[in-house]
Amino acid sequence: MGNISRRAMLGATGGLIAGGLLKTQADALTVEETAANLQTAQVDPTKMLGGPTSVVGQRAPSEQPRRGMGNPATTAASRTPIEQLRGIITPADLHFERHHAGVPAIDPDRYELLIHGMVDRPMTFTLDDLKRFPAESRICFLECSGNGGAAYNRNAPRERAPGQIDGLFSTSEWTGVALTTLLREVGLRPEASWLLAEGGDAAVMSRSIPAEKALDDAMIAYGQNGEAIRPEQGYPARLLLPGWEGNAQVKWIRRLEASDRPSMTREETSKYTDPLADGTARQFSLVMDAKSTITFPAFPFILPERGWWEIRGIAWSGRGRITRVEVSTDGGSTWVPAQLQDPVLPKCATRFRHVWNWDGGEALLMSRAIDETGYVQPDLETLIAARGEGTSYHYNTIRPWRVEADGRVFFAQGEGQ
Amino acid sequence: MSRRGPGAGVSGLLAVTTLALHACAPDTPNRETGAVVTGVPVTAAAEWPGSFAIGRGADPAEIAVLNIDLGPDGADAPPGSGSVAEGKAVYDAKCAICHGATGQEGPNDQLVGREPREGFPFGETRGIRKTVGNYWPYATTLFDYVNRAMPLISPGSLTPDEVYAVSAYILFLNEIIPEDAVMNAETLPAVVMPARDRFVRDNRVGGPEVR
Repeated sequence: MGNISRRAMLGATGGLIAGGLLKTQADALTVEETAANLQTAQVDPTKMLGGPTSVVGQRAPSEQPRRGMGNPATTAASRTPIEQLRGIITPADLHFERHHAGVPAIDPDRYELLIHGMVDRPMTFTLDDLKRFPAESRICFLECSGNGGAAYNRNAPRERAPGQIDGLFSTSEWTGVALTTLLREVGLRPEASWLLAEGGDAAVMSRSIPAEKALDDAMIAYGQNGEAIRPEQGYPARLLLPGWEGNAQVKWIRRLEASDRPSMTREETSKYTDPLADGTARQFSLVMDAKSTITFPAFPFILPERGWWEIRGIAWSGRGRITRVEVSTDGGSTWVPAQLQDPVLPKCATRFRHVWNWDGGEALLMSRAIDETGYVQPDLETLIAARGEGTSYHYNTIRPWRVEADGRVFFAQGEGQ
Repeated sequence: MSRRGPGAGVSGLLAVTTLALHACAPDTPNRETGAVVTGVPVTAAAEWPGSFAIGRGADPAEIAVLNIDLGPDGADAPPGSGSVAEGKAVYDAKCAICHGATGQEGPNDQLVGREPREGFPFGETRGIRKTVGNYWPYATTLFDYVNRAMPLISPGSLTPDEVYAVSAYILFLNEIIPEDAVMNAETLPAVVMPARDRFVRDNRVGGPEVR
């Protein structure tokens, strides 16, 4: 549709809205379409009646972030486009996905959570039951422990955006019932040291969770950013383990079995274990260590001109608060503290900023996160020395970004330091 | 039992009360007690009961339907058994399409392979394929996973006999059990996997040392 006819239709539908003449769904759809066109089509929005109200809002037509993913037939993951987001909250429809047998369709009216095993009173809770218990909310990150695997490589590809490297990372406000509240209700026995958490998906995905974590800050979450959890994130309820690897935070949770030993499920033996250079494999490596990445400027952005720019990024730690983020623009020769942007919450994405006057020359940008335990995000060689080149999961090395003199920016793992 | 016992609940509820009152009247909450001076007495925050009496007791029959996990000690292993030969028939019909004719060809996870037979160089060297034979620490995991999640397009469709049998076949292909072995609730947990002693608990604790 060309500009002239679209403007003609806008005028017509504007009149319809104003006159209250919308009678059919088809009319409403037409108005929605024209409203979507409105912002791009209008020359002077102050000289034309604006669009109507709506029951569900839409993004601005020119702002259409998308999760990154490969062929849907062969991939079981999609990534949050972290370089396109502001603040710390990930919109629920852009939260990363990692499924082991697809997204199940669960009827909320038939949903039940069973807690049994080493408890005094085995019990079943419906979704309404879970919502009736005293509730809590917390803002925290969720990260796949395989996130950043592409960066654990001295010869990592240069043409990679932050979301393509670290997009298995998202942050939400989660609402639910504290797991301690439910365990108090069923009477968790003192000898119970583990809980097997099991999902209601086609993989019946299961992980063994130390009871210590369950009694600390674990939650059965049913809310995400103010609405019901999305199907891809575990609707109608999931386990939330703040600061721990995503796989253990079982989605679509249907059962918790208290026990005095781990179940040794497939995900905690053949997967999600970290082989080390000393000939062992680290098991139940559940906490996500401190990490940060610059999200701007980064590939594929091209700096159009020299001058003042703000280096921006996100930092997080599964062990508590980020206390400091340092930025280098010279490949790690010198570091300066970045500004942390409120709120700075434990086990949560924390924004950092650093103003930078780009002189138009080559630069190598880096950030390193420091958390409240004093842990400093390591560079690639330090982590390889600690774990070996072939290790798997928990790739929290410093992410370097090369700025070239023409303004192009590339991922530059292995450069500098 | 936890930091979130009744005490924590009380302070949480008190905070809500404080906020609600504060929204209506420009009074300052006392930082020590959380109480609000409004002239309207706030007597006491609600205490948590011993039980909220929400939810219902689960009976053994319904627990048994869901209690499908098989741990390393074989507890709750279902009755049934399967031989290597029976397992080959199941594998050829239902598994080979994704895991290859001999468990090595893919396209999905490689199941069979003992190389490298010396050491455990997965951390040291990039790109070594992890298989049941060279990496999995427990044979029970094979039953547990196949039983709950396989085959991919019809999960949970195999009988206990079929799962024992296909577990036996995969263990045989990995040269871990002999061709005449039969897997059941007693023999499967007794299988000692080659990588059994390679697994260690997480020693990362935060702080300045990178581990």
